[in-house]
Amino acid sequence: MFVDTETQADLREAARQAAESILGPSVKADDESETYRKDLFAALGEAGLCGVSTSEEFGGLGLGYSEYIVVLEEIAKVSSSYAVSVAVSGLPQVILAAYGNQAQKEKWLPGLAAGELLGAFALSEPESGSDAGSLSTTAVRDGDDFVLNGTKFWITHGGYADIYVVMARTGGPGSKGVSAFLVPGDAEGLSFGKKEEKMGMRASPTVELIFEDCRVPASSMLHNEGQGMHVALSALDSGRITIAATANGLSQAALDVAAKYATERRQFRKQIIDFQGVGFMLADMAADLEAARLLVRKAAWLKDEGQSFSTIAAMAKLKATDTAMKVTTDAVQVLGGYGYTREYPVERFMRDAKVMQIVEGTNQIQRLVLARALKRKYEA
Amino acid sequence: MKIGVLLKQVPASDSRIKINGDQTGIVTDDIKWEINPYDEFALEAGIQLVEGKIASSLVLISLGGKDAEARIKDGIARGVKAKPEAIRLDDAAFAGSDPLGEARIIAAAIQKAGIDLLLTGKQAIDDDNAQVPAMVAELLDRPQVTFVEQLEVAGDSLTAHRVMGGGQVDVVMSPVQAVVTCDKGLNSPRFASLPGIMKAKRAKIAVWGAADLGLDAGTVGAGAAVVSEGAYRLPADRPSGKIIEGADAAAKVKELVRLLRDEAKVL
Ligand SMILES: Cc1cc2nc3c(=O)[nH]c(=O)nc-3n(C[C@H](O)[C@H](O)[C@H](O)COP(=O)(O)OP(=O)(O)OC[C@H]3O[C@@H](n4cnc5c(N)ncnc54)[C@H](O)[C@@H]3O)c2cc1C
Repeated sequence: MFVDTETQADLREAARQAAESILGPSVKADDESETYRKDLFAALGEAGLCGVSTSEEFGGLGLGYSEYIVVLEEIAKVSSSYAVSVAVSGLPQVILAAYGNQAQKEKWLPGLAAGELLGAFALSEPESGSDAGSLSTTAVRDGDDFVLNGTKFWITHGGYADIYVVMARTGGPGSKGVSAFLVPGDAEGLSFGKKEEKMGMRASPTVELIFEDCRVPASSMLHNEGQGMHVALSALDSGRITIAATANGLSQAALDVAAKYATERRQFRKQIIDFQGVGFMLADMAADLEAARLLVRKAAWLKDEGQSFSTIAAMAKLKATDTAMKVTTDAVQVLGGYGYTREYPVERFMRDAKVMQIVEGTNQIQRLVLARALKRKYEA
Repeated sequence: MKIGVLLKQVPASDSRIKINGDQTGIVTDDIKWEINPYDEFALEAGIQLVEGKIASSLVLISLGGKDAEARIKDGIARGVKAKPEAIRLDDAAFAGSDPLGEARIIAAAIQKAGIDLLLTGKQAIDDDNAQVPAMVAELLDRPQVTFVEQLEVAGDSLTAHRVMGGGQVDVVMSPVQAVVTCDKGLNSPRFASLPGIMKAKRAKIAVWGAADLGLDAGTVGAGAAVVSEGAYRLPADRPSGKIIEGADAAAKVKELVRLLRDEAKVL
């Protein structure tokens, strides 16, 4: 598990080629114009990148997270926006695989795994971010239907997705009162509000969802009533591995640019990598990335082995995204003034890295999870 | 109609080639191997003919050792939608074959596999011989159309555009039972998809030896070779360029003219 298996190496190479040819040409322009292209996502799907861990029965590759992280890393090296896109469209897939009934799986999984359908995950709200269990969007039973009302904030793929997994309150306050629903993108009563203007990850659309008497059949409920937070949080456990892998791809891309530049750029008649101040910075970047990569590999391996992985996934998300922030920031430093210009990609990497410390549970929340686990373990 | 595509394993085009100690070949330790780039055009053309339902099936054929299997699998992965068959031609008796020996082996395989149209690269980028396809066509007594950059197949015949250089294009018609060598510009070869790679891992590759092909072992291999390789040598280093110094452009031009006349003796 420390190095790529033959299959992982083959998938890495194919994912690299696909990402470079599909995403490479427009990555800079799309960042500047904040453009998301569903056709590019579909092309990633055509190349087989959108359903790595979904079973073959439902059109996926039937592989593990150990393979999924390799693919995400390679996409992220070219565009972290699209690595996140693949990861987010993967959330409904893990949820359906774990909690969907046969009819729900048959209806949605093959399209999602093929990248023909785009998936989204709607938990956050204006007044409930980290404290997701306090969400206030409601779903009220009416005959054979549920009627949804409320607002979701920060939803990746909002307005673009074909299917949303939506957490809404069906019962009393707190986590136990929340249920999960499958809501199609064209459902009546679902509309889209503001698209966020972001610092980074600008090719990835982040949009407000507005539910106004949005009616879905009761068969749209995932798992059981009152299990919505359980569904959401278990998906986020897996999601943390994917965000961590995306962060590693970003770090690798930044290190590649910085290390190459440091061997080419000369000042005081020396390659700047020969100045200890620069060389050691690159050494730390490489060592931090390698450590983060091992953590992510371990989290993926535990998940693939069917062992409990949420603590390691929280560590992996924390370390990989903090590393990405540091590595991309230092990459800008290594490139000096050039690094600060949009001529080089490292400023984009730095802007993209920041959001990784915020999504799928902020890094404070990861620490909270870890501290709670420690307390449970050491409390007398 | 059955399409055959020849795939040759060659060092990646950006490899740094080193010659081995006794000058009998190149050092292969650090070489990354890939499908000969011109063969990729042939492969893509074959896949498209099957996808377009113009041809019924696709057979990938490679003459090479066990290590060539990775290249055949790459071909299967790319052509996964055309469900290609794959054959590797390998036998101790084949070792040391010259291009004619290789052509005999391949021609026998084309016959045994019942190939109608054989597509190949216009040359392999390792030794750049461009001999094998022509010899295969000759041995099979079939027409050959070389350096093709546009190909249409309809019914029993094909129309091919050949690159002639200087902007000239030759348009050739031939029965489909032919050998067509493919050039850049014919198409844009696709990459392997992830599902393709996974399916290719499980694919079976047939291995045919001299006996399977009904070949007299005396007609192939080192013993039958009429061409032998002397020694491998790298081309001489190019002399480094010269930067002309001078106070201004006029002075530099004057110096350049002097050098061209007195040193290079081209003026
Ligand atoms: C680009 C982008 C894409 C997103 N995509 C999605 C999506 O697809 N679906 C979705 O549901 N959500 C999405 N989100 C929302 C994201 O999950 C939330 O932003 C995140 O959970 C944090 O919530 P918040 O922004 O409300 O911050 P808050 O929860 O208000 O946190 C503010 C600060 O307080 C800290 N904090 C909060 N509680 C604690 C605590 N208990 N201990 C210590 N510190 C604490 C936080 O760490 C943070 O630093 C996205 C966000 C962004 C920026």
